[in-house]
Amino acid sequence: MTSAREEILRRVRRATHDVPKDERPEDIPVERGYRKEDDAPRDEIVERFAERVAEYEATVHRVNEADLPREVSEALERRGVRWLVVPADLPEGWVPEGVETLRDAAQSQLSNEELDQSDGVLTGCSLGIAQTGTIVLDAGEGQGRRALTLLPDYHLCVVREDQIVGLVPEAFAKLEETVKNEGRAITFISGPSATSDIELNRVEGVHGPRTLEVLIAGREAPM
Amino acid sequence: MTIEAPDAFSGGKTPHFEETARESLADSQLRRNLGKATQTIRRKRAVAVEEMPDWERLREAGRALKSRTLRHLDEYLLRLEESITRAGGQVHWARDGEEANRIIAGIARSHGAGEVVKVKSIATDETKLNEHLEGEGIEAFETDLAELIIQLAGETSSHILVPAIHKNRSEIRELFMQKLGVEDLSDDPPDLAEVARLYLREKFLKAKVGISGANFAVAETGTVCVVESEGNGRMCTTLPPVLVTLMGIEKIIPTWQDYEVFMQLLPRSSTAERMNPYTTFWTGVSEGDGPQEFHLVLLDNGRTEVLADEIGRQTLNCIRCSACLNVCPVYERTGGHAYNSVYPGPIGAILTPQLVGIGKSGSDSLPYASSLCGACYEVCPVKINIPEVLIHLRGKVVRHKQDKGGLKGKLDPENVAMQAMAKTFSERRLYEGAQKAARIGQWPLARSGAIHRLPGRLAGWTDARDLKPIPEQTFREWWRSQNGSGEGA
Repeated sequence: MTSAREEILRRVRRATHDVPKDERPEDIPVERGYRKEDDAPRDEIVERFAERVAEYEATVHRVNEADLPREVSEALERRGVRWLVVPADLPEGWVPEGVETLRDAAQSQLSNEELDQSDGVLTGCSLGIAQTGTIVLDAGEGQGRRALTLLPDYHLCVVREDQIVGLVPEAFAKLEETVKNEGRAITFISGPSATSDIELNRVEGVHGPRTLEVLIAGREAPM
Repeated sequence: MTIEAPDAFSGGKTPHFEETARESLADSQLRRNLGKATQTIRRKRAVAVEEMPDWERLREAGRALKSRTLRHLDEYLLRLEESITRAGGQVHWARDGEEANRIIAGIARSHGAGEVVKVKSIATDETKLNEHLEGEGIEAFETDLAELIIQLAGETSSHILVPAIHKNRSEIRELFMQKLGVEDLSDDPPDLAEVARLYLREKFLKAKVGISGANFAVAETGTVCVVESEGNGRMCTTLPPVLVTLMGIEKIIPTWQDYEVFMQLLPRSSTAERMNPYTTFWTGVSEGDGPQEFHLVLLDNGRTEVLADEIGRQTLNCIRCSACLNVCPVYERTGGHAYNSVYPGPIGAILTPQLVGIGKSGSDSLPYASSLCGACYEVCPVKINIPEVLIHLRGKVVRHKQDKGGLKGKLDPENVAMQAMAKTFSERRLYEGAQKAARIGQWPLARSGAIHRLPGRLAGWTDARDLKPIPEQTFREWWRSQNGSGEGA
């Protein structure tokens, strides 16, 4: 008896017998004539990112990188966070005083219950995409594993201005190395959790964090 | 209203589209819900697409990439298998739905899972996975809000993206109060969503096995992705220690870079957003992050039959965005249940009959569920020429009747009439003779320049429209009278 694998491959080959034997996949032309890079000035790209993240009903602040600890503190205070989840390699100094931190380390991972019962999570990110207002996490530095940004109901995310790219293709190009060399999981986040399942109205918040707050950190003081 | 009808993938005979459509059309609440929803999403999609100056180029790239993949599917399947295995995942192959279900149930059983959590997957609806699991004593919890709604209501999906599009907020409120024992619930959508959040959170936290579909899988790297909104997809693909993904073999894309095309096309076509709230991309197993055991089940279930048809093949380009449903004047009025399939709307009208095979009377009626207006082709992000495939399938249905119908098929009045028509149209002498005969024959029917009702079996044509009578003089006759001989070029 042939295995399912052999059988399916045989069916596929029979189904595509019209394809010339010497045709290679690359022989089918794919015109990548779409926009690959945003040539707008940097400050315009950053501003577009801020606007489009905000359009998803996320809260966005543009802050000075040097003021991050204070800005983080204030955000957590506004939200009333007492138990804050942080990845093990979160930059020192981002975590403010007066908040109990739950540090998730490789050797001693927080349980799902602990994550669920926390008041929020603070992370960095890998990239921001201005075109779509998307934050990309790749489990790299300052981001931690996926569950961290999933179970807490509040996600405070720091995006450095120099992490923001213009268009979607730029983001995939930047992520290629991570995927190919390290195989880490990648999450695209565009606004807080939402559903359009009831009469196609977008409602914020079902299973993921219902509140997303973004601090865009730049070198110069924002206007 | 629940429309109790077997679906094209459940093995039984399904009713004709016209029969079920009549029932749906009589449901005015359904038509209101659908009309409102499809109009909203159509408007939003137009805005989201308008914003993209390179939309047409993205569509063309999407189409070309799919064509490249499908023409060399064997190669890409093997490459995907190799990539996923290298990344620590396991690949399984399933010739049909039953085989896929057995594989998935086997994995769940081997982990002693009595419950599994599921993120919306039409492939699992197609294979009837939930019913199969139930038969094995495993309870499957749908975690997508709309899927939860229809699961609780004991209904089936009526839209690819928003399975409960046929239900309005007050119907959902009532359902939740009844089935989840919630008291004092408003019909405010955020309140309804909160109920689902609390109910499912507990399931997510204790589930041992998560089951998902896949939007795309990259042959080059083995990276699979789930595109979603609510976060239930993230939950199912992240929290349980074991993840099983069921994917049709056509969902492959060649390289990581190709995501740059499809992740622009899909969200704008689907939910009319610049980007959907959450997308998870995973490559096999990542140490210390998410499931430590990953299984990908590759499903054929008729897809290779679709692939074998050179015109029908493009149907496999589909990325399940549902834009074609939202613009279809037929879908807007009949809703999804009329199609008796997990794939409704224009894409369903071409995908279903090809997947289950021509010759099943119910799904054979689907290629006719269209006015051929072409709106579906215009919005399709991967340029599936749905009208072309519809016409091609109509031809196949007719030929099937002629070939397989035996004497009864040959003597079928429609068939006989069409044969005679073909003969008449192929010879001028016969054609002109027929015109003369019709001119004489029509006089008792034509009233003030129109025929309002044709006799006998032809009456169907004039049920909803008038027919123009044959004129007193045809163009050829007039030409002959002007030029004498009439035997012109």
